[in-house]
Amino acid sequence: MENVYMDHAAATPVNREVVDAMLPYFDREFANPSTVYEMGSRVRQVVEEQRAKVASLIGASPEGIIFTSSGAEANNLAIKGVAFAKQKKGNHIIVSAIEHHSVLNSARFLERMGFEASFLPVDEYGLVSPGRLMEAIRPETVLVSIMHANNEIGTIEPIYELSLVCREKGVMFHTDAVATVGNIPVKVDDLGVDLLSLSGVSMGAPKGIGALYFRERTRLMPLIHGGIQESGRRAGTENVPAIVGLGKASVLAAERLGSSEDSLRIQEMRNALVSGVQEHIEHSKYTGHPEKRLPGHASFCFEAIEGESLIFMLSQGGIYANTGSACASKALKTSPVLVAIGIPTAMAQGSIVFTMNNTNRSEEVEYVLEKLRQAVGKLRSFSPIWKEKQAA
Amino acid sequence: MYSEKVMDHFSNPRNVGTIEDADGIGEVGNATCGDMMTFNIKVDGDRLTDIKFKTFGCVAAIAVSSMVSDMANGKTLDAATAIPKKKVAESLDGLPKEKMHCSNLGAQALAEAIKNYEENRLEKPAGSQ
Ligand code: FES
Repeated sequence: MENVYMDHAAATPVNREVVDAMLPYFDREFANPSTVYEMGSRVRQVVEEQRAKVASLIGASPEGIIFTSSGAEANNLAIKGVAFAKQKKGNHIIVSAIEHHSVLNSARFLERMGFEASFLPVDEYGLVSPGRLMEAIRPETVLVSIMHANNEIGTIEPIYELSLVCREKGVMFHTDAVATVGNIPVKVDDLGVDLLSLSGVSMGAPKGIGALYFRERTRLMPLIHGGIQESGRRAGTENVPAIVGLGKASVLAAERLGSSEDSLRIQEMRNALVSGVQEHIEHSKYTGHPEKRLPGHASFCFEAIEGESLIFMLSQGGIYANTGSACASKALKTSPVLVAIGIPTAMAQGSIVFTMNNTNRSEEVEYVLEKLRQAVGKLRSFSPIWKEKQAA
Repeated sequence: MYSEKVMDHFSNPRNVGTIEDADGIGEVGNATCGDMMTFNIKVDGDRLTDIKFKTFGCVAAIAVSSMVSDMANGKTLDAATAIPKKKVAESLDGLPKEKMHCSNLGAQALAEAIKNYEENRLEKPAGSQ
């Protein structure tokens, strides 16, 4: 079998239709959208059309969409932008312990700037409890940021319930929806959020483009000062080709999500992978929530082996997946997500994450299961702690 | 990210396993990430006649163990203990910077096994009287 790519949380291929839509904006329609002549205003018009497409995918109004360079920038803008704009009202923010680094490190940056940050613990499935959030909110809390779904363990958070808590307390609520927008239906009003981040990387748009949604009259301090692009909230000449790519990918995602066919098929593939692992690979742990999770997401920890070596062994068979193992991280630290859900360090070493989407096929799942069994078996035969584990 | 040599030793590691009646056993843990390596050795006179290792760790850790076991096999104990850590990484055509600590582990585990052998030997004469 040729390449089996199951790391769609890291990057997705850009659809041919998306590439074609983008091409004219590199050389033919290259004008700066801020210019006043016809050539420029044509491009301005196109940018605004894309804004409407992205807005429509998440049920928002176009005025509430700011294009950014990435999901990480959108998260930074939401957190720092709100915190700095509301500095007079209070200096406390709340995020969950399993947020993306762009959220966690923005919160830590704010701490250094004199703010206070609370990192909400999660349960063994990675769920944030609305009751706990209620207790954590103080009079000086200005922002709560809880991700929609976690890319490492697939768990989908109870965003609506959490939003009710924030509403009751009069606190702004942001969600990092990079893992969900384009993969499951996401509507800002159903979630009850004030701000939402999304990224092109996870939905078939090119890298280098993301967006932040904000509810009207939300005050945001810009991160990038300069011209008045993006209604003064983000300076810099618009990345028009990428914006067109994100617009097109949003339309395609909306079509895909319109029928449940695709998502059912993805879920079936996922379930087949999970039950195959549970049946055939002993001493494995399915991480994240068993039901409240992304449809194409399967994550495990295999005891007595290490994730980076597992990923490399699988990649020799053309299979691409991800891991939260300490050895695979530049800082040699176990993924904070696995730590937060209480996985012991040694077990977290054996982490693997498969993220499938509509481009995967069910034969691929069979192939992955076969290769995975072989690879886990081989690595365990090298492992000094496997015998004990097996005996236990 | 890894050289072909590393991938070769990772995919087909030499000398994986344990030795039933090992003369020395060395075990080291990787404090940084919680991984582990064991070396079992057989000694005849002052020479290593057999080496087997087991590793719970990353690609580099497995390749390093394999390379160390290969380089040390048949050498005198002194020569084996003197294998420089840098030499191991060099023989693998280099390792990524953040993986250099794994190359230290291999040599360390072998050194532990040799130390263990020497301790066993010191105890033996007393027992055999
Ligand atoms: S064993 Fe953990 S980085 Fe090599």
